[in-house]
Amino acid sequence: MARNPVTWLGSPTFPKAAKAALNDTQLRQNLRKATGTIRERRAAAVTEMTDWEQLRVAGEQIKNDVLARLDTLLVELEESVTARGGVVHWARDAEEANLIVLGLCREENANEVVKVKSMATAEIGLNEALEAGGVHAIETDLAELIVQLGNDRPSHILVPAIHRNRSEIREIFQRRMGVEVSDEPADLAEAARVYLREKFLTTKVAISGANFAVADTGSIVVLESEGNGRMCLTLPETLITVMGIEKLVPTWQDLEVFLQLLPRSSTAERMNPYTSVWTGVTPGDGPQKFHLVLIDNGRTATLRDSVGRQALRCIRCSACLNVCPVYERTGGQSYGSVYPGPIGAILTPQLVGDMHDPQAASLPYASSLCGACFEVCPVRIDIPSVLTHLRAEAVEAKGRTAESVAMAAAAWIFAEASRYEKAQKAGSLARFLAKDGRITSLPWPGSKWTSSRDVPAPPAESFRAWWRKNRG
Amino acid sequence: MASAREEILARIRNAKVPAAQPVVRGYHREGPGGVELFAERVADYRAVVHVVSNVPEALTSLRGKRIVAPAGVPEEWLIEGVTWLREPLSIEELDQADGVLTGCAVAIADTGTIVLDGGEAQGRRALTLLPDYHVCVVRADQIAASVPEALQRLEPTRPLTFISGPSATSDIELSRVEGVHGPRTLEVLVVDQQ
Repeated sequence: MARNPVTWLGSPTFPKAAKAALNDTQLRQNLRKATGTIRERRAAAVTEMTDWEQLRVAGEQIKNDVLARLDTLLVELEESVTARGGVVHWARDAEEANLIVLGLCREENANEVVKVKSMATAEIGLNEALEAGGVHAIETDLAELIVQLGNDRPSHILVPAIHRNRSEIREIFQRRMGVEVSDEPADLAEAARVYLREKFLTTKVAISGANFAVADTGSIVVLESEGNGRMCLTLPETLITVMGIEKLVPTWQDLEVFLQLLPRSSTAERMNPYTSVWTGVTPGDGPQKFHLVLIDNGRTATLRDSVGRQALRCIRCSACLNVCPVYERTGGQSYGSVYPGPIGAILTPQLVGDMHDPQAASLPYASSLCGACFEVCPVRIDIPSVLTHLRAEAVEAKGRTAESVAMAAAAWIFAEASRYEKAQKAGSLARFLAKDGRITSLPWPGSKWTSSRDVPAPPAESFRAWWRKNRG
Repeated sequence: MASAREEILARIRNAKVPAAQPVVRGYHREGPGGVELFAERVADYRAVVHVVSNVPEALTSLRGKRIVAPAGVPEEWLIEGVTWLREPLSIEELDQADGVLTGCAVAIADTGTIVLDGGEAQGRRALTLLPDYHVCVVRADQIAASVPEALQRLEPTRPLTFISGPSATSDIELSRVEGVHGPRTLEVLVVDQQ
């Protein structure tokens, strides 16, 4: 089987990547500023809602229901989309999905397509696959365009170029668009408008993702801000939408929950500027050919795990990234995947589905388990619990290691009081290694521990020894 | 070999996910609503809002001379001194128009949103997308208090566009900039005839 492109080929494990990222002071500055701003704004947008908790609970329950009835709901969606003139395709993995989309582009004789920002297409590496097949995909979301023109990788779910500041963006635009532009955000946005305008008016095929698909009506929903989405969803003759199989809601009414949860959680607005809803094909309005590509790519494997499957409730708001102390310091690229941050740390390894992959297995450790992500999650994904669950799986996959041997030895020592006391006495000798009450480097195998943290110096006398002397 | 469809459906069934609890909809379905709240929330997006009692009178301050008017726009809105562009219109004609004047299907007070459904006085979606200036007339009775109330009033299979302020981006350092690809100016006329 081909490797799942949800992680980038050749990415180092999280601790290695994080170490490098932490030395990038520009990156840390950019991220601190951006995440700090959005955190405050989200808090304000949510506090305004007196029924926020009830909305979260409903969001969680609707998505749980979707996961429980996924097979029937998908068939229902397929029927409603087909009845309204759309064509539904199914893809087991990234490779199959990319081949379907490439085939559809070739059918339309398209060598250039415009794209609405979409996590699903980023996950399957669609742009690269299209390029290899002779079809150039133009990203039209501003942040995606910055990443594409900079030959860069995304670092955030909502704002893929969050790691870039205005002067870096100016430099990329001047170099790639060949225009003079200031570093004012308004001027940079104007440059993108001019650059993409003609593409929107002339390109025949568009590719989008989907925020939601309504099973009972066949309606597809895309939320956006700039209007690039509306351009792609309205002007071309053919529209291809690529969507993960879990992005369903059962009924039109269910959207009333998510249209309140998503904007406030992601952009901290009461409502995002534009939301488009379309159902199949509408004669005389918009694309007259509509294809919906449903992708599995590791989702059904994730569904089998009773603890891990809640990650499939995710609506890709990115609130958990913005509150995460680890994400804020390491940035998104350290996670080696299009899904960074806390949700990425639980979703990516499950989509990869192989804890023997050292990079994927390192992701559940990219957390201090502080729980801020769970608190802000609009569909109440208990990320810390899934992280510890996946850590256990990672340990199990490793089999017999120095750590597991040490743990077994510790269990033997703890089992008998006399052995424990002897070990304590021996351990207290380590204080001669300490400086200012801390030990920063132990000899092997202790070095495995001290490579990433300090150990407090053990006292000269253990509590048990002291007790026996004074009170015993 | 089984088709991708059959295989994915079989994998889902094999996952044996237990039935979920019934959904408890304990959130608010209603809200205070009203013209005043709607106007206030639209203005928060830095759209231009006027509460008016007479549409033709208010339209005399329209910016631009060549304005698109979709089918179903009331005759009285088509005031003199403006070149009204009527369908059929090409992409180029729309791109070169100064603006577009429409009604709406529903509005939402709580979020300051207007919703177009391609019906009467709204036209196909490209009409409100390509011109850089969109003037939308909202009647007081079209304003739903909340998102749940608005969705209930809409027909989901029509092509819908929810508009909350002018086109914007926060992609550069998360600072909001109005005006990217969609209309850079949104003007909302709320008709309150009391």
